[in-house]
Amino acid sequence: MSASVLFDAPGPKTRRRSLIISLIVLALLIAGVVWIAFTLAQPRESSGLTLPGYFAPSRWDIFADPVVWAFIGRGLLNTLQAAAIAAVMALVIGVLFAMLRTSVYAAVRIPTTVVLEFFRGMPVLLMMLFILLVASTGAFWAVVIALGIYNGAIIGEALRSGLASLPRGQREAGLSLGLTRLQTKVSVEFPQAFRQMLPVIVAQLVVLLKDTSLGYIVGYNELIRTTMNNLASFYGNRYLFSLFIVTLVIYLAVNLSLSWVARRLARQRRGGAVTPGAVPLTGDAGIGGSSVMAGASDPADATTE
Amino acid sequence: MNAIIENLPRFLDGFGMTLLLLVVSGAGALVLGTVVAAMRIAPVPSLNGFAAFYTETLRNTPLTLVLFFCAIILPYLGSTLPYLACAIIGLTLYTSPFVAEALRSGINGVPVGQAEAARSLGLGFRQSVTLIIFPQAFRMVIPPLINLLIALTKNTSVAGGFFVVELFTVAKELANANGNAVIAILLAIAAFYLVITIPLGILSARLERRLAVQR
Repeated sequence: MSASVLFDAPGPKTRRRSLIISLIVLALLIAGVVWIAFTLAQPRESSGLTLPGYFAPSRWDIFADPVVWAFIGRGLLNTLQAAAIAAVMALVIGVLFAMLRTSVYAAVRIPTTVVLEFFRGMPVLLMMLFILLVASTGAFWAVVIALGIYNGAIIGEALRSGLASLPRGQREAGLSLGLTRLQTKVSVEFPQAFRQMLPVIVAQLVVLLKDTSLGYIVGYNELIRTTMNNLASFYGNRYLFSLFIVTLVIYLAVNLSLSWVARRLARQRRGGAVTPGAVPLTGDAGIGGSSVMAGASDPADATTE
Repeated sequence: MNAIIENLPRFLDGFGMTLLLLVVSGAGALVLGTVVAAMRIAPVPSLNGFAAFYTETLRNTPLTLVLFFCAIILPYLGSTLPYLACAIIGLTLYTSPFVAEALRSGINGVPVGQAEAARSLGLGFRQSVTLIIFPQAFRMVIPPLINLLIALTKNTSVAGGFFVVELFTVAKELANANGNAVIAILLAIAAFYLVITIPLGILSARLERRLAVQR
């Protein structure tokens, strides 16, 4: 039975047509890939020299050397390290921002809003440059602090909307039990808001990991700088293409597994624990069919930055 | 302060370039993203698979790497595009899967009853998508799409790292040239970015309230 309600269960004719279109598309894709691979594999003439094709062993032989892998591993480690420290910082700053932004005192709330909008509207790269030039902290801390503040601002906003989506009764119940406003916020409202917003926060942390690659531009030796700059200039530019492919594969492996975790969290939240005030969703069989994540509350949408 | 006033033409040049990048790659990403989203919901399995592969791959690649490919690997493979075109291609490619996902989540957000009603009235796939589903989905995704444009505005700064002279490059050069006015210059550059992002944010919030479908 078809998962989509947009078209009938296909009959024999439609099935055949769909199969034919599928085969044509597949054939075109395969032809395209083969053509690209073939073109890349051809030796090239360049100013009298014949350069080997891009799949020639002489362009890939450095990867037999464990030293190169150790170097790449160090780059990956630097990326993960910056991301881990920045993630902790972003969470702390996010909680702080959400607290101050929902304060009952206008004197606290309004300046926080202004600062938050400022940080949210500014490119991370510019913030990195700012910290690098003004505070002269070195590239590592420039990357970490900028990512921490920027993502902290975004997580703060997410938490605030999580707080806003809680039923008022939660806060009123806390207050009527004799807790102070701060106690209510810390021990009643925040834990719920945090759980509600967990998918968004995790997705934002994936973005944070991707953004550590900006360290390439400000001079921090993360993965891209290690492979594309240091290794490529050490072994020569003819390895540039191979190094690029290796870098891409590493990034995809790391990010796809993290995204998978984020998605699992999102699904668990939807299927599992009932949250007060949660909007009933239509379930997985959305109109788009075969969707991994249905619903407009898709965490990955909030996360382009 | 003098450093800013003296260099105002350069700021404006950089601002113009940032706007150009934003408008061209924003339009490109909207078109490409719509095509990908259409492929994703089409009744042909191979198109669905290709669209999903495209989305997942590009969404999980850092922008720096995409731009690196466009600006450095492509010329190395023999292309002769100017760096501006490379940056626009890179930004378009990077933003398009996010547009596709936003559109798809809008389509998923339309209650199934709407599609069922359309189908039971005898509308076909194309009719129910263009007349019933899409108009409702589009209203719902306008705020997320504007948020994507805001993110794109900030992402154009990465193109500054790949030989395009826009606001970020101007900031870097002027900060190097005027060591005594670094803070003023960087704040001025930030203000130029905020001139784009904050109005867009206000627009998004206002549209969200206005266009929300009442159910």
